[in-house]
Amino acid sequence: MNWALAAPELVLAVSALGILLNGVLRTRDSTILCTVLAVAVCVITAVLVIDTPTATAFGGLFVSDAFSRYSKLLILAGTVLCVVLSLDYNSRQRISRFEFPVLMLLSAVGMMVMSSANNLMTLYMGLELQSLAVYVLAAFARDDIRSAEAGLKYFVLSALASGLLLYGISLAYGFSGSMDFSRIAQAVMDPAGVSAGLTVGIAFIIAGLAFKLSAVPFHMWTPDVYEGAPTSVTAFMSTAPKVAPFVVLLRVMFGPFGHVTAQWQPIIVLISIASMLLGSFAAIAQTNIKRLMAYSSIGHMGYALVGLAAGTQTGVRGVLVYLLTYVVMSAGSFSCIVAMRRRGLAVDKIADLSGLARNDLTLATLLAIFMFSMAGVPPLAGFFGKLLVFQAAVDAGMWTLAIIGVLTSVVSCFYYLRVIKVMFFDASVAPFDVRSRSLSVVALATGAFTLIFFVYPAPFLGAANQAARALFG
Amino acid sequence: MDVGAHGIGLGQYLTVAAILLVLGVFGIFLNRKNVIVILMSIELILLAVNINLVAFSSALDDLAGQILAMFVLTVAAAEAAIGLAIVVVYFRNRGSIEVEDVNLMKG
Repeated sequence: MNWALAAPELVLAVSALGILLNGVLRTRDSTILCTVLAVAVCVITAVLVIDTPTATAFGGLFVSDAFSRYSKLLILAGTVLCVVLSLDYNSRQRISRFEFPVLMLLSAVGMMVMSSANNLMTLYMGLELQSLAVYVLAAFARDDIRSAEAGLKYFVLSALASGLLLYGISLAYGFSGSMDFSRIAQAVMDPAGVSAGLTVGIAFIIAGLAFKLSAVPFHMWTPDVYEGAPTSVTAFMSTAPKVAPFVVLLRVMFGPFGHVTAQWQPIIVLISIASMLLGSFAAIAQTNIKRLMAYSSIGHMGYALVGLAAGTQTGVRGVLVYLLTYVVMSAGSFSCIVAMRRRGLAVDKIADLSGLARNDLTLATLLAIFMFSMAGVPPLAGFFGKLLVFQAAVDAGMWTLAIIGVLTSVVSCFYYLRVIKVMFFDASVAPFDVRSRSLSVVALATGAFTLIFFVYPAPFLGAANQAARALFG
Repeated sequence: MDVGAHGIGLGQYLTVAAILLVLGVFGIFLNRKNVIVILMSIELILLAVNINLVAFSSALDDLAGQILAMFVLTVAAAEAAIGLAIVVVYFRNRGSIEVEDVNLMKG
């Protein structure tokens, strides 16, 4: 038993409950206090994460290594950005309640447990804690029919995906004889001796996780839920809850199933190609910016999966850098989308951005930076993630994958550049409401990161390299 | 693994679980009536997995499967509570829980 190893999770979980208690017991509205406390707790947890040593705990159920530390820091960063950017949006939408940051913290606990999972049981419990909190968040605007519908759709499809994942876990357990990652790896050491039951189990596990990632063909919930959920929740869904299932997928594929690459690689290649194609072509016809971001995130998951499909350490490093840049760009874009309000009402059509550069040059420039970065234009941050995963695919001899990736990114440029064209060259309409300082802070910080990542990428690349090495070590 | 007095072995349990899983999945996609039926289908899927877990646990003579089955029961209860709460919120806004009415956004 080594409790200290799980200190970050324990501190975060207990503090989340403490903040909840504080919110319930205070008679006055304490949303702002709870939000500030939530951010402080995330920062403390991040410090604890950096301090945790490399070891396993709880009889091998839980592992802490460079890989889990990297993922946890990324998850916490995404959570903090979204907690801050939701504050102003929620109060203007009149859905500001103290449970909101608490649910985000609980979801973060689940994601951190997932990324430290060393056993299929830990994986499932972490995944469920993350999902249950996000179900509630999606339906958070109780009086808005679209939010309720988004919550219902997300709940039904996500619960189905959890069920499929669990079925896969039961098959993997039965046909390998254990739930422990290292013991599964020993049991399936010889690829020739892998039973059909285990292959089916792996396929179910991939399907369940691909759903959470919104990778094709398990993406159908994404556009509807992104559109219907409150924008602050959409921002959250497109950052940290995308990172956690991805790092779990990496850990499961290279840990217990590391010796049976032939069994899962074709599935990942297919999912990746389909996601890249759908993400770039289906987004072209969208008029709603939240739906556009939904297809964009489907496409981005496809590109990141290229690194997993490569099946090498450089591929994993590429994925980790990709996830970092994706979280920052996504949080940044959503901080701009959250700022889209006219006369007190939130607007979400691309046409509403018309002529933004003439009314608010700062916001237009920031959104342009994020769009260029998402399209992968050098030297912005988004370019490096794409470069690394495509390079890994080429090194692994997967030319088709790399070529499809480059071609679909060219196609996706079309809709990213269209947003920029609408902002800078179309006739201007009424200006947006004055945005709050918290939004400007998030947008400027993520914008600065995206813009100057190329000047000093060494610490991030080094950390990703170390994390990837820990996974293969 | 030993076969019971009536010849019921691991294979039979896995078959029942697989049938229940398929029923649950079809219940979600073919159901055109009521959202409550979908909640029941989700429950059916989780219970199918539990049969699998307990059967494997007994066949492998390993307790981990039964422990996970306990956790799954707990998670299923939490999931049902949240699911019903979301259905209540939806009903208040829409005045119906017909599956065909869940169509404001088409994706």
